[in-house]
Amino acid sequence: MSTSPAPIGQRAPVLHMESVHKVFGGQVVALSDMELQVNEGDFISLLGPSGCGKSTALRLIAGLLHPTRGRITWEGGQGSGDLGVVFQEPTLMPWATVAQNVWLPYRLRGKTYNHVKDEVLEALKLVGLEQFQNAYPRELSGGMKMRVSIARALVTRPRLILMDEPFAALDEITRFRLNNDLLNLKAKIGCTVIFVTHSVFESVFLSDRIVVMAARPGRVIRELQVDAPYPRDETFRTSSEYAAHCRAASDALHIAMGEAA
Amino acid sequence: MTVIDPENAPLTADIPEIDEDERARLKARQLEKIGKWILPAVVMALMIFGWDRIVVWNEIPHYILPGPGRVLSTLIADWAMLFDALLVTLQITLLALAVAVIGGVGLAVLFTQSRLAEMSFYPYAVILQVTPIVSIAPLIFIYVDSRLAGLLICAWLVAFFPILSNTTLGLNSADHNLRDLFRIYGATRWQRLRFLQLPSALPYFLGGLRIAGGLSLIGAVVAEYVAGTGGIGSGLAFRILEAGYRLNIPRMFAALILIAVTGVVIFAGLSFLSHMLLRKWHESAIKREG
Repeated sequence: MSTSPAPIGQRAPVLHMESVHKVFGGQVVALSDMELQVNEGDFISLLGPSGCGKSTALRLIAGLLHPTRGRITWEGGQGSGDLGVVFQEPTLMPWATVAQNVWLPYRLRGKTYNHVKDEVLEALKLVGLEQFQNAYPRELSGGMKMRVSIARALVTRPRLILMDEPFAALDEITRFRLNNDLLNLKAKIGCTVIFVTHSVFESVFLSDRIVVMAARPGRVIRELQVDAPYPRDETFRTSSEYAAHCRAASDALHIAMGEAA
Repeated sequence: MTVIDPENAPLTADIPEIDEDERARLKARQLEKIGKWILPAVVMALMIFGWDRIVVWNEIPHYILPGPGRVLSTLIADWAMLFDALLVTLQITLLALAVAVIGGVGLAVLFTQSRLAEMSFYPYAVILQVTPIVSIAPLIFIYVDSRLAGLLICAWLVAFFPILSNTTLGLNSADHNLRDLFRIYGATRWQRLRFLQLPSALPYFLGGLRIAGGLSLIGAVVAEYVAGTGGIGSGLAFRILEAGYRLNIPRMFAALILIAVTGVVIFAGLSFLSHMLLRKWHESAIKREG
């Protein structure tokens, strides 16, 4: 797999959102005419205040909701195991061990554990939890549970991973570590990610494209590119380049809030 | 001023540091451990002693209130007959519980799979539950020829509802994010039931099972009272009735004790089963420190 993605203009497309419009109850416009092309290797952040439709966009892509108008198409069609999801909570099955939880996406496709054991252990190794395969979720810390959740999302090597504010409930130290680990993962397996967040700093540190959204109605108001090369580490967090990107994203967010008010 | 030099501080490795709070907690825990068994035993001993004294001091005849010694000797003397009766009652209780589990879980699964079935039948499950069994039982024994079948139906009617309502609640309380995840991964209805809803419902089901265990014994005993016919194959409740007619009060007490002990054993057994099934993952079965 690639270690660093191709430049943003030259990536193969994965998914298109074409003027996707979602109305709830016939009157609340959750998402208004959203256009987005997701390309292979993209790390896209959806950044915006609450009610801006970022979670709705994610649920539409996941197929949990259907657009009122417009369409979402997968390049070459969507196969099973093309999509991995990480929610805000770890969302693990408490009655199953760590390995059984990571096995779930394969299990639902009818694969026995022995058949996919190598993939499950490999995914656990990627998140640094291979020695916890027989532990139960309650024995793990919040950060470790979230790692299991990430391992489950990437075990099938999906074409796209959706993350809905996965680290919002964690303490800052754990969040920073998981941000670093997520970028290491991306460098290792070259995954494509759409990441919902309301943290400017998190979005700048992680992504190469930031889609800034505004509320009432939920819509995209600006797209920013963070052209700093990967791998990014702690030195990037303190660089002037990082600060400049944060300011740009922050300004765009202010405009988003101002327009909504 | 004294400065404690860590190098020369007294070795405390084998005596862990214990402050006032710790000591109070340890003491409370020890008290809890001992008290849990000893206190009920002491209360029981006192009550039996008091019972004995009341009978002796007031010279109460045994056909009104027998002393504990007399009850015990009756229990031993009539053991063969009472034990046969116990087996009959136990058989009906356990059969009814088994049918209640199958029926309760089956209906709960049906209700969660089909909203139409739930809307159609749930009100009738409630009606069956709230109608006192003593008022339905005579009718059941008119229409059902087999005495055993009649007893079973009565005990089942009493026992199945807690299993049905608890299991339905459990099946519907699976984590909504996990439900979404199953949808995203294209899980079939059967996979969702097998891998998500049934495990989520297990703690609720076991809670219902513990209640149903006691209720099926009550159902079996009440049904026997109503059925009333005697002879071979009679349960404990009939033995109580029969002993009552003959003013054999000690035997009534002995049978009563057997029924109470059976109820306690059923409850303890089901609690143990519940603990074994949940101890690895469910909050209710995990011992907490502090």
